[in-house]
Amino acid sequence: MTEEVVKLEDVWLRYDGTPVLEGVNLSLYRDDFLGIIGPNGGGKTTLFRVMLGLVKPGRGSVTILGETPEGGRRHVGYLPQHSLFDPDFPASVMEVVLMGRLGNAGLFRRYGRDDKGAAVRVLETVGMTDYRDRQIGKLSGGQQQRAFLARALVSEPQILLLDEPMANVDTPMQAGFYELLESLKHKMTIIMVSHDVSVVSACVDKIACLNRRLYYHGTGELTKHDIEEAYQCPVELIAHGVPHRVFEEHIDR
Amino acid sequence: MIEALQYEFMRNALYAGLLAAVACGIIGTYVVVKRMAFISGGIAHASFGGIGLGYYLAQYLSWITPVIGALFFTVLSALGMGLVVKRTRLAEDTAIGIMWSLGMAIGIIFIGLTPGYAPDLFGYLFGNILTVPQSDLIMMIALDAVIIGVVAALYKEFFALSFDQEFGTSVGIPTERLYLTLLCLIALTVVLLIRVVGIILVIALLTIPAATARQYTHSLWKMMMLSIIVGIVSVAGGLWLSYELDLASGATIILVSGSIFILSTVFSRLRRRKPEYAT
Repeated sequence: MTEEVVKLEDVWLRYDGTPVLEGVNLSLYRDDFLGIIGPNGGGKTTLFRVMLGLVKPGRGSVTILGETPEGGRRHVGYLPQHSLFDPDFPASVMEVVLMGRLGNAGLFRRYGRDDKGAAVRVLETVGMTDYRDRQIGKLSGGQQQRAFLARALVSEPQILLLDEPMANVDTPMQAGFYELLESLKHKMTIIMVSHDVSVVSACVDKIACLNRRLYYHGTGELTKHDIEEAYQCPVELIAHGVPHRVFEEHIDR
Repeated sequence: MIEALQYEFMRNALYAGLLAAVACGIIGTYVVVKRMAFISGGIAHASFGGIGLGYYLAQYLSWITPVIGALFFTVLSALGMGLVVKRTRLAEDTAIGIMWSLGMAIGIIFIGLTPGYAPDLFGYLFGNILTVPQSDLIMMIALDAVIIGVVAALYKEFFALSFDQEFGTSVGIPTERLYLTLLCLIALTVVLLIRVVGIILVIALLTIPAATARQYTHSLWKMMMLSIIVGIVSVAGGLWLSYELDLASGATIILVSGSIFILSTVFSRLRRRKPEYAT
């Protein structure tokens, strides 16, 4: 039985009168892996913030595992786009990963043994065990991103939201990161957003385009027309032939 | 120094300094890592409104002193500043700048309205650690206890708040209320520090010890402990120097602490290697 884990119905959102999301509909089922591409400023991060209940849509409804975003977010792991502003911040990798357990541990309490056990396990999963006591800001972009992925996974989420996960990852590290995602995709529903079509097309099952409106066809059938409508310019086309995805020549109009 | 300690006022001064060092070590660490120096400066200066109000109300209510006025006024203005910064569209530095000066203006007006001469006004502005009465010491102990208690209870939440507020919200911790709580703790620390270094110099003890400590550790907890130690050394050293050389105590404490910071920066530059990237 497939279960609808994320459901957005006619979601509209404006910032300062500027429309950011217009009539977004989305439904995802267990273990779906959706890639969302779209131009910068197309509302990708905002869509995640709506799903996490960090902003309220002006209109429409958001349901996460049958609950409100606030209620459902304890089952959601989140990898934000800009996780670290201050490289000098006094925090070890372990402490950062444990932040993902804040919702489990509860206010006024210290992290318990199960929180620490979960952190040790996800550090193993992302291959960062040897770095657990290192200062997060002194690691490379790829290592930081693994640590933040561990933070997103440590609460054992059913839904994983990845915002531009490859943005700070150098190319040699990217392959490893894809492998990591590959190993996760049968354990949880994953949504990944990126402005980089090649990043998204490398590992997802379904693709949507977001440019205020979400252009999405549940089966993953996405036409060149859809992408061009989202970007409002000619784009490279991703063919949906599994296992290989092919880029077409850039066509000038 | 030992001979100086036979005087009760010197002993009280030292105790006050140590109590202040504890608060500014803990809260100063958050001020530095969360980059809240400017809002802390705003809270510190706005506290002058409370001093003025305290002078004014003391005519009518015997239990009110300028410090008690400052305690209530500073906490309220910290909350006000936090809400204005979080809830309105005003740029953060503009909002702080406005409330910073409003607080001071209120203080000046109320001191003007209070008949007679405000005897230790200068002490509130620039600190006068040598006149700390026993009652203030008791209040300082209580404020330290509140600060330590709240930080111990909310350590991991404050950690997340300082590191990445948005992520904190996404895992369901009440970040806005935590932020306001932290601002209240800053307000309490400011009140604690007013006696020691004065309103104008409070921001120095909220930043310098923590900034020094940060050069030696990458653990938030150790940074707090280390900056308490730097604070204690600054206060004790500054007190002793001001006694020996007959200088203003608050300013001397700041100069000692600033010198420690400069020496430490030079030292850590010298010993610092390139950042290690393990691959």
